[in-house]
Amino acid sequence: MKKSLTVIAAALVSLGLAACGSQGAKDASQASTAAASSDAAVTEGASKAEGTSDSAQESKAADAKDSGAASSFRTVDEIKSSGTIKIGVFSDKAPFGYVDDKGEYQGYDVYYAHRIADDLGVNVEFTSLDPASRVEYVATGKVDITLANFTVTPERAEQVDFALPYMKVALGVVSPDNAVIKSVDDLKGKTLIIAKGTTAETYFEKNYPDIKLQKYDAYADAYNALLDGRGDAFSTDNTEVIAWAKANPGFTVGIETLGDYDTIAAAVAKGNTTLLDFLNDEIKTLGEEKFFHKDYEETLKPVFGDNTDPDSMVVEGGVIE
Amino acid sequence: MLVLAIDAAREPAISILFRGNNFVRLLGGLWVTIRISMISAVLSIPLGILFGIFMMRKNPAAKAVSRVYLDFIRIMPQLVLLFIVYFGTTRAFGINLSGELSAIIVFVLWGTAEMGDLVRGALSSIPKHQYESAAALGMTPMEINIYVIIPQTLRRLIPLAINLITRMIKTTSLIVLIGVVEVLKTGQQIIDANRFAFPTAALPIYGVIFFLYFFTCWPISLLAKYLEKRWKN
Repeated sequence: MKKSLTVIAAALVSLGLAACGSQGAKDASQASTAAASSDAAVTEGASKAEGTSDSAQESKAADAKDSGAASSFRTVDEIKSSGTIKIGVFSDKAPFGYVDDKGEYQGYDVYYAHRIADDLGVNVEFTSLDPASRVEYVATGKVDITLANFTVTPERAEQVDFALPYMKVALGVVSPDNAVIKSVDDLKGKTLIIAKGTTAETYFEKNYPDIKLQKYDAYADAYNALLDGRGDAFSTDNTEVIAWAKANPGFTVGIETLGDYDTIAAAVAKGNTTLLDFLNDEIKTLGEEKFFHKDYEETLKPVFGDNTDPDSMVVEGGVIE
Repeated sequence: MLVLAIDAAREPAISILFRGNNFVRLLGGLWVTIRISMISAVLSIPLGILFGIFMMRKNPAAKAVSRVYLDFIRIMPQLVLLFIVYFGTTRAFGINLSGELSAIIVFVLWGTAEMGDLVRGALSSIPKHQYESAAALGMTPMEINIYVIIPQTLRRLIPLAINLITRMIKTTSLIVLIGVVEVLKTGQQIIDANRFAFPTAALPIYGVIFFLYFFTCWPISLLAKYLEKRWKN
């Protein structure tokens, strides 16, 4: 009894210390950003005198620094003078970001990343990201840009700045060839397979509460359920079901786009206006030459096949039609 | 370019291991795993021995400090420690540590704490009469430690230390979350890059990774067995 009390006490003490630690760290970071921003003011003054920079941008960047956010991002000029841009991508989400058999990064996102580096005139250094750490990497400046199939959401937009979108994603529904589900009405009285925690789950629960859902924890289990005929159709992101149907003969994506489009965009650290403006200008220029259609041809078409309309995924010039 | 299903589907899934540089990449990933865990083990064993001796002190302040340190490291999941060191130092102080260095720092902090506790346990398991008999033979405290206590402690420590090192090797699978691509992540990359052509590749690739981990940890436990036998007499 006495021993367990000691252990609990020790736990409380160390938790208390941990809390103090993070508090102390915050104070320290605020102090250091305050110091940094006064330095920044001096250099800004100097660069304004030279007439080299846009004053609105400078003051925005300064605001971001004052707000105490991690301010370790690099501006376009800093990236150019270092000669390398650090871009975070997925390394295991084919065909968007993956590593091929030779060990090279490939995919739709990576193709775009190479173009960004080329247009900046720098080399590119890829960092392998996982879904959970994407915000943190870019917010702390460990990567300059996150380009990892990053869906724009209001929560994320509070922590990072999103550029204009280069892709969009909606829900898709895949079903067996002999009983293709072509519209949501076809699903009445049928069983729909979904993976837990996906947008499909929330969408159907909210909009079609009368459709019977069969839920699985993992994608693999959900697909197996469809193969075994435990449900009539499976719904998740259209990019995912289209690729799967292509690799599994006997199944068709009857509904290619359903629900609202989510957009996918590059993200930079909050307040990194020079890089954000560069990316937005770049997206507009690339839109004129239909760059992302070419990207689609190179990276996604081999997976999605000839029958898929590129415009169900690709966004040109940052404009959603 | 992605390799496509149609003609490839008849080959066994394990064959993707021999495409391109896949197997070499997997070994490269294993080397990252081994490098990080070995550097951490080599640093944390001597530090842990010092910490263990420190923990034996009767001074209440020393006791409190070591207790808090040990419990803090034990209670915190290693993943949280990794995030604190990797992202926290950047957020708080603007210091940009590489993923690999952050991993080594966390593993050394963890290894020192655990090793220290093992050393403390081994030291206090030496019966009091060993000290007393040695003193009765006229040995100085230094001689007692060198000739009587330390040899016995080391022998008791080996299996425990080996257990700690193998745990370290296995825990490196977490460091992918701070951007270090080690053997498990390399395996996942290989599985994913071929997931359309070889949907069933996961099991054989994970099987190969299992053997890679096994053949990393096995020689270490053989060495431990050998040392235990040798130091018995």
